[in-house]
Amino acid sequence: MEFFIVQTLSGISFGAILFLLASGLSLIFGVMNIVNISHGSYYMLGGYIGLSIFWKTENFALAILGGALAIAGIGIVMQRFFLRRYFEHFPQVLMTMGFALIFRDLALLIWGGDPHSFPAPAFLQGSIQAGGIIFPVYRLFVISLSIAVAIGLWVFNEKTSLGAKLRATVDDNEMAKGIGINVPMVSAFMFGLGAFLAAFGGVIAAPFFGVYAGADFEILPLAFVVVIVGGMGSLKGAAVGSILVGLMDNFGKALVPDLSYFTLFLPMAIILAIKPTGLFGRK
Amino acid sequence: MRLITGSKFKIGGMIVAFFLLMMLPPILPSYWLTILTQMLIFGILAMSLDVLMGYTGLPSFGHAGFFGTSAYVVAILSTRYQVGFLGCVFGGFLLSTAIAFLFGLLVAHSGGVYFLMITLALGMVIWGLAFRWVTMTGGDNGIAGIPKPELGIPIPLEDPMVFYYFVLSVFLVVLILLYLFTRSPFGLSLRGIRDSESRMRILGYNTWLHKYLSYVVAGAFGAISGILWAYYNGFVSPMDLDLTASFEAFLMVILGGPGTLIGPALGAGMIVFLKNFISAYTHRWLLILGAIYILAILYVPGGIMELGKRLVKGGDKE
Amino acid sequence: MKKLFLVSFIGMLVIGIAAMPTSVLAQEKGPIKIGFFAPLTGHAAQTGKDMLSGLQVYLKEQGSQVTGRKIELISEDTEAKPAVALTKVRKLVEKDGVHVLIGGLMASTGYALMPYVDSKKIPAIYAIMASDDLTQRHRGKWMVRTGWTSSQPSHPFGEYAYKELGYRKVATIGYDYAFGWEVIGGFQRTFEEAGGKIIQKLWTPVGTMDYGPYLGQINKEADAVFALFFGAGALQFVKQYKDYGLKDKIPLTGGGTTTDEHVLPSMGDEAIGVMTTLHYSAAIDTPVNQKFAQAFRKFAGKSASYYGEGPYTGGKWIIEAIKALKGKAEDREKFLSALKNLKIADAPRGPIELDSFGNPVQNIYIRKVGKVGGELQNTVIKVYPKVSQFWKYNPDEYIKQPLYTRDYPPLKP
Repeated sequence: MEFFIVQTLSGISFGAILFLLASGLSLIFGVMNIVNISHGSYYMLGGYIGLSIFWKTENFALAILGGALAIAGIGIVMQRFFLRRYFEHFPQVLMTMGFALIFRDLALLIWGGDPHSFPAPAFLQGSIQAGGIIFPVYRLFVISLSIAVAIGLWVFNEKTSLGAKLRATVDDNEMAKGIGINVPMVSAFMFGLGAFLAAFGGVIAAPFFGVYAGADFEILPLAFVVVIVGGMGSLKGAAVGSILVGLMDNFGKALVPDLSYFTLFLPMAIILAIKPTGLFGRK
Repeated sequence: MRLITGSKFKIGGMIVAFFLLMMLPPILPSYWLTILTQMLIFGILAMSLDVLMGYTGLPSFGHAGFFGTSAYVVAILSTRYQVGFLGCVFGGFLLSTAIAFLFGLLVAHSGGVYFLMITLALGMVIWGLAFRWVTMTGGDNGIAGIPKPELGIPIPLEDPMVFYYFVLSVFLVVLILLYLFTRSPFGLSLRGIRDSESRMRILGYNTWLHKYLSYVVAGAFGAISGILWAYYNGFVSPMDLDLTASFEAFLMVILGGPGTLIGPALGAGMIVFLKNFISAYTHRWLLILGAIYILAILYVPGGIMELGKRLVKGGDKE
Repeated sequence: MKKLFLVSFIGMLVIGIAAMPTSVLAQEKGPIKIGFFAPLTGHAAQTGKDMLSGLQVYLKEQGSQVTGRKIELISEDTEAKPAVALTKVRKLVEKDGVHVLIGGLMASTGYALMPYVDSKKIPAIYAIMASDDLTQRHRGKWMVRTGWTSSQPSHPFGEYAYKELGYRKVATIGYDYAFGWEVIGGFQRTFEEAGGKIIQKLWTPVGTMDYGPYLGQINKEADAVFALFFGAGALQFVKQYKDYGLKDKIPLTGGGTTTDEHVLPSMGDEAIGVMTTLHYSAAIDTPVNQKFAQAFRKFAGKSASYYGEGPYTGGKWIIEAIKALKGKAEDREKFLSALKNLKIADAPRGPIELDSFGNPVQNIYIRKVGKVGGELQNTVIKVYPKVSQFWKYNPDEYIKQPLYTRDYPPLKP
């Protein structure tokens, strides 16, 4: 029983990080239809910038916000000045791959390739013990944070005027322009938000996953898996998809260790074969 | 030959290139010969992917799977069962194509980003197998010690120059076959599907079947390049078919100019050349390569073929 | 028109040909060329860089010359891919005309290069690559291993864990590939022969970030856990081991890379007390090592690790062999023979000589992570001198047994 509970919590906490990544990708990929190979780079760079901020200020909250905002800025610049003209996937892939390579090498130059980490604030460290279960406090924090972000995104999307403008721009670019929405700005903002979420995930994960060279391409396929399984362009899909993937991965590794390498991609391939638009996909 | 492309310059350029590829090797230093061989092998891979991406409009992030599978079959058959060259070639081609037949059933109904994602997933499944099925594939260590190819007739394929000409001939045969394929009525309907699948369906075409066969053809020709790769290196490892390998094949097609066959071959050559050339001068070659990709899209989105066209038009004094 | 195509194609060729050396044949008084290859980009880039730094520190100490000949170091990036490694090694050998090769990190590269190295008859120093079989059942003539085998440090530790730490039941966990199997296999063998029992063997895919699923499964009856990770995985595992409350309950031990100096600075206090085994520690308290560690820190801006020491000593190996040849490095057979017969008494890691199978016989250090001067280090607790890859076993008997793999040695019922 304890095993089951710990594994479930583990799976959900992994899913929580995936959600942050996936919601950003769902926005960029699912909504704006941009194949962004540098999405994993946002995650990694967010972690690195957060790391540097933490080293200078010892302030955890500042590190998170700073890292996420910095990458949001980079995302906006990328979208505004480079990606805007390209609606086809092929040029997007080549261009965002180019950026991913550049980010990779710059990160190596600036921070070196060794893995780094910074600690969570003291009150979040340690573990909770209940019955025979031991579970890290920080992971519970990550779960709650992701839930908060999910709610925030939902409220933003459904209840605010900016959210409405976002939806309008996505549904019909021309009409949105026609009714006076500043489409270029809205698009840039959306992309930036996607980048923000990815970077946010990167910094939040730093205390237990670390920040290191190679994180960009390790995390990228995972993000794609969630978006595909959950369905593109759907926040609910990203949420359900990430929990599902987190649980499947955890239980898969624990119960069927021989298939550890397949616990992520086999379910994805199967779901795609049956329902190509994913669980909650719109298109 | 009828100039369907309508471009004398393209034919002229190809004749010059052919001439150079044939005549250069004896005077090239051995290292550059091996690089040229590598360019040709990846040229075949890129052309095979172009059938799928450029002509049918189906982008794939899993193409290295076919490349790697045939390479592994060659490795396993030759090192473990002492199967000869022809047997390995046959075996590699057969298994890769069989997998294409199988996977095609899963992917042919989708398109666009979904196609991209499902091919990514399938590619990762193959990689997982290569990594995990250690008794068969050697896992992370890969399989080394692939013997040099022997044809049974007194042609020493183990000599790098002879091997080069062998690869060159395979390249030319593949080029001609794919050229004929893409110019055939079937090939033309693939382009129709690329431009608008719904229109083709309305016109009565079985688009599913077309996409399926295109995927299989791409996989089969991709397998050929994998076989050559296994003999070229003498070993195979999971890195030969991982996600980055599939990404690179994808990039070669785009950089070269999708839908032109020659373009992707040139793209492959260019990427192989650049990677090796730049890295000899600086460890920051990744940065430079990334910048080149970005500049390419900004200024020459149609790839090398577009660059070629522009240079030609610019020099034209009509 | 046609001209443009011709011009651009010729242009590319000209560049290529221009990059050719004027003569590939080395001359007796010309520079000695050393070809270094390791991953310099990608996830293992820092490790490759540390390897290069180690070699550079040594060459700098020697003034980049030996017996009056200048030393030219040419370094190439393998991207951690064996196919790229082969291409780059080809360049080093055929285009740059190097006298000797040194480098390599990934096990697959080690196996992949052997046929080429043997066919070109060029000495290749493997200073880091640890695959057991390269000096056991699949030896190559031109490979000179100056590093270690994966199971070499594990053998003494199995005995140590039973006899001196008093462990009786141990659970193991490590990367699910050859390096993990060999390090853990070696430990299992000697630990069980001493009377202990491995009660659980967990394997994690390379690239796992979240060890949650595994930490939740660890058998609570274990007296200790023996873990094999490196790089980001080591950081993640040790951290998460503490997060899941295991640190205080079950002592953590492991192969040396789990607390290697390239990750140790980023680990917090959760690493204190972890005992590991390796043929090196930056904290070895000899004048030679202290000098090396300081020089490395000054050059590379970070702590020395075995990744740095390996090529440093590998460089020394090359230079000493050339000195023994009085500078005549062109005769490849003599060069190889000099390399294989060399003994080094004062490497930073201690004395080294090669056994008849071509692997170093050297000190193995049992280390414990401690905090000294505010910094974490691998404090040396015990030294096993003159340990060979075969431990106390007869080499020919040892070879007859299978290589350590995922299921060998098997779990006792």
